[in-house]
Amino acid sequence: MLKDITIGQYYPADSAIHKLDPRVKIITTVIYIVSLFVTNDWIGYLAAFLFLAACIKVSKVPLSFILKGMKSIAFLLGITVVFNLIFTPGEEVLVTFWKITITEKGLEMAVRMAIRLSFLIVGTSLMTLTTTPNQLTNALERLMKPLSFMLPVHEIAMMMSIALRFIPILMEETDKIMKAQMARGADFETGNIIVRIKNMVPLLVPLFISAFRRANDLAMAMEARCYHGGAGRTQMKPLSYRGNDWVAYGVMWGYLAVCIVLRIVF
Amino acid sequence: MGIVKTAKLIYDYIRYDENEKEETFRAIDGVDLEVEPGQFIAVLGHNGSGKSTLAKHLNALLVPSEGTVWLDNMDTRDDSHIWDIRQEAGMVFQNPDNQIVASVVEEDVGFGPENLGVETPEIWKRVAKSLEGVGMTAYRKHSPNKLSGGQKQRVAIAGVVAMQPKCIILDEPTAMLDPNGRKEVLKVVHELNREEKVTVILITHYMEEVTDADYVYVMDHGKVVMKGTPREIFSQVETLKAYRLDVPQVTLLAHELKESGVDVPDGVLTTGELVDALCRLN
Repeated sequence: MLKDITIGQYYPADSAIHKLDPRVKIITTVIYIVSLFVTNDWIGYLAAFLFLAACIKVSKVPLSFILKGMKSIAFLLGITVVFNLIFTPGEEVLVTFWKITITEKGLEMAVRMAIRLSFLIVGTSLMTLTTTPNQLTNALERLMKPLSFMLPVHEIAMMMSIALRFIPILMEETDKIMKAQMARGADFETGNIIVRIKNMVPLLVPLFISAFRRANDLAMAMEARCYHGGAGRTQMKPLSYRGNDWVAYGVMWGYLAVCIVLRIVF
Repeated sequence: MGIVKTAKLIYDYIRYDENEKEETFRAIDGVDLEVEPGQFIAVLGHNGSGKSTLAKHLNALLVPSEGTVWLDNMDTRDDSHIWDIRQEAGMVFQNPDNQIVASVVEEDVGFGPENLGVETPEIWKRVAKSLEGVGMTAYRKHSPNKLSGGQKQRVAIAGVVAMQPKCIILDEPTAMLDPNGRKEVLKVVHELNREEKVTVILITHYMEEVTDADYVYVMDHGKVVMKGTPREIFSQVETLKAYRLDVPQVTLLAHELKESGVDVPDGVLTTGELVDALCRLN
């Protein structure tokens, strides 16, 4: 179950999207998210869908791999949809039972929210699947450079890349601890949601202890390899834009223009 | 002077008990060590003998409470040389997961040279060469999570080699590996020592790993209690047992044969030697 979370997991493949400059991918993802909220009609969603589908096709990441990552947030998605469905006031009532009324507007909002959220998640996970965490943080470091007078930009980027590197390791560890506790009679699978969350508490202590131990080891290993912050550091893969990156920027602005036009026209 | 030298090295861990009272624990107690360039040195000891603490002194992760450590004539207590020391004395740790920084093999190997401020084209050259050296070129684009323990440890070694150290300190690099992984890692380390003339200091508690070393130090309770060539060390089976160390099986067999009156030499290290000695009996 825990292995299904794909956020922050790189899917190695040799595609045009993999080769793009990570800055392009970050900016495009941000623009894409903005476009999802700019759009408010079905043809706009169709455009967003086509754009995303084309990106997925080009990226060579199997669709099943992306959708697996969706499973873990299905619950969140469900809650959002239900809330929108129930609590949106409207004129035309579709169904009423007990104290709950579902309006046409509510239904529409729910569907929109579902579409927006799932596109948003698929879009962002496509970015993390096609970009190594190191590239991603490199790009963030570069994009945030103007802020370095007020923020420790290099340190933030390093922390993020390490966090991403350790997500799968800590997941595996959680799985192991869960199994070890299940073998001794712990129950994580029955009971309602509150009982289950309570049962998870004993997982946290060993997990935290092990995370701190790892952090300590890693810090020592980094120091042993001469890590001393961003000053005087060179890069193995410095970022520089190439022809394809400008093409991608072009495609991105084109897409945004289409979204805006659709919004104005319809 | 040798590449690594320690003189009367003492290290006290300070810990605080429940009443905030200071308590010291002497982890290393007067260790004198001298390593010549190009040597393959092994440091043996069971858990808590101070061997890992010693390793951390050699590249200035810890500084001595008393005494001095010199690495290539640089005093580890001198802060101005700290990055030179760490570049010259690379360190490989026990847990392969906790020392790999990047999520792609080649990026991890490049991490050390990046920190040293090496120019980009040179980093690529070094990464290619180091991965070649440990036989991991085929995996350069892989995620470290999908590698076996032995492969991860080889990546960690490549990461150190890419910094072009004069000396590599391996702190129980095989403790978490299966027998195959252990063999892979040792093979790589021996090749580095033989072909690149890198000084190797291997810290371990597996006796089988030290039979090929040039010189062996045995530690117990923070002190060096035995030192000598592997043959000299392994001829003293009873003493080793007193320090709770296991002797390689062949050596033990030879020792027991000798005890019961068979005429075999002391300190047999390999099966071949024992076979030879036994065949010579008639």
